[in-house]
Amino acid sequence: MDTLNFFIKNQGQILQLTLEHLWLVGSSMLLAIAVGLPLGILLTRRRALSKPVIGAANIVQTIPSLALFGFLLPAPWLGERADRLAITALTLYALLPVIRNTYTGILGVDPGVREAARGMGMTDGQMLFQVELPLAMGVILAGVRVATVITVGVATIAAAIGAGGLGEFIFRGVAMVDNRVILAGAIPAALLALLLDLLLGLVERKLTYAQ
Amino acid sequence: MNEAQEPVIEFRRVSFRVANEHLLLSDLNLCVRRGETLTLLGRSGSGKTTTLKLINRMLEPSTGEVQVEGRSTLDWDPIRLRRSIGYVIQEAGLFPHFTVERNIGLVPQLERWAPEKIRARVHEMLALVGLPPDRFLSRYPRELSGGQRQRVGVARALAGDPPFLLMDEPFGALDPLTRVEIQREFRALQERLRKTIVFVTHDVREALLLGTRIALLEEGKLVGIYTPGEFLHAPDPIAATYVAAYRAGDGNPNL
Repeated sequence: MDTLNFFIKNQGQILQLTLEHLWLVGSSMLLAIAVGLPLGILLTRRRALSKPVIGAANIVQTIPSLALFGFLLPAPWLGERADRLAITALTLYALLPVIRNTYTGILGVDPGVREAARGMGMTDGQMLFQVELPLAMGVILAGVRVATVITVGVATIAAAIGAGGLGEFIFRGVAMVDNRVILAGAIPAALLALLLDLLLGLVERKLTYAQ
Repeated sequence: MNEAQEPVIEFRRVSFRVANEHLLLSDLNLCVRRGETLTLLGRSGSGKTTTLKLINRMLEPSTGEVQVEGRSTLDWDPIRLRRSIGYVIQEAGLFPHFTVERNIGLVPQLERWAPEKIRARVHEMLALVGLPPDRFLSRYPRELSGGQRQRVGVARALAGDPPFLLMDEPFGALDPLTRVEIQREFRALQERLRKTIVFVTHDVREALLLGTRIALLEEGKLVGIYTPGEFLHAPDPIAATYVAAYRAGDGNPNL
């Protein structure tokens, strides 16, 4: 009851921080897709690069998020604005699932289909857009979904460097030893993750050809 | 030279090796004449598929030259070359996310034909392979039987009206009854269309039924080229093994 009252009293701020959170997650996911998708495609064309690139993305993901935010702090252009820095770090985190799933999704296309496509005289571009990407779409979108859910969670840490978002409530609540405040950050963040997962699931169903 | 005898695909001392070691094909000399069906017969690893893929430049010769219409395949734009050669593989290689209509209309679509023209052509091709268009146009490959899929594969290869057809064990995965049925239909089709066809098979019955000539391959080398009549009486021991298997009622010596 107490918690609910706190939520109602602070609904304006909850909404504002949720929108900030959404901004952090949304822009880093768009960037991660903009970088990760072409990179994943490139790796299927230059397979020798796949080990080092996916390895590097893997290593980035093992860096604790708080440490990554800290490492980037002294960077010249990034350090100027907290949200800029947070989005960069979150993008780096989201990159791995996007690259890896694009790569494995495309390589998972039936070799017979690929051979037929080439044998009938498709150019590399036609093969990519008409055959490989449509058939790999399910796997690629699954990667985007995973990355999005992870990013919603990691983005709460961004409050530690003053980038805003729902983490503000969580850090404040921890400092105040007040569960109501923690929940005001944690519950909307969890709901946001579920909602985005659901939405992307719908997109996935829409764009993936029926098996 | 008589038109029917004119070589339209020619292998001149062609060898193909992988990674500079294993020789898959050695010193192959072979002519395919316009309008004939040449079957490439041999066991797994004999170089049949390699030979086929050298024609549409899916592979390039390590030494020697493959000529199509008098030009080395290396001088052809590979995309142009492949679009003038229909290609059918085992399991058909149909695109699972395309309907039958889009699968068959693929090469015309790549060649930017007008949509009505593509539609008409797809209808024509479906009728040609014995599938009623109204029932099959909007189906997906997964909704077809193996035999139907193979028919669609043939229709797709013919849609762009290419002068050549390459077929790599197209009927190999079918059950025996369907295979016989589709072989018979294909033979009738080929008599009507008069395409130049190179047909890979390991089944001696199929090679004799469909081929106007049979090229026998063994371990990357050409054993000989025979008409079906010659093949049955060929003195070569390898050919004789096939013939013995054929007479024993077993089309496939590998079994």
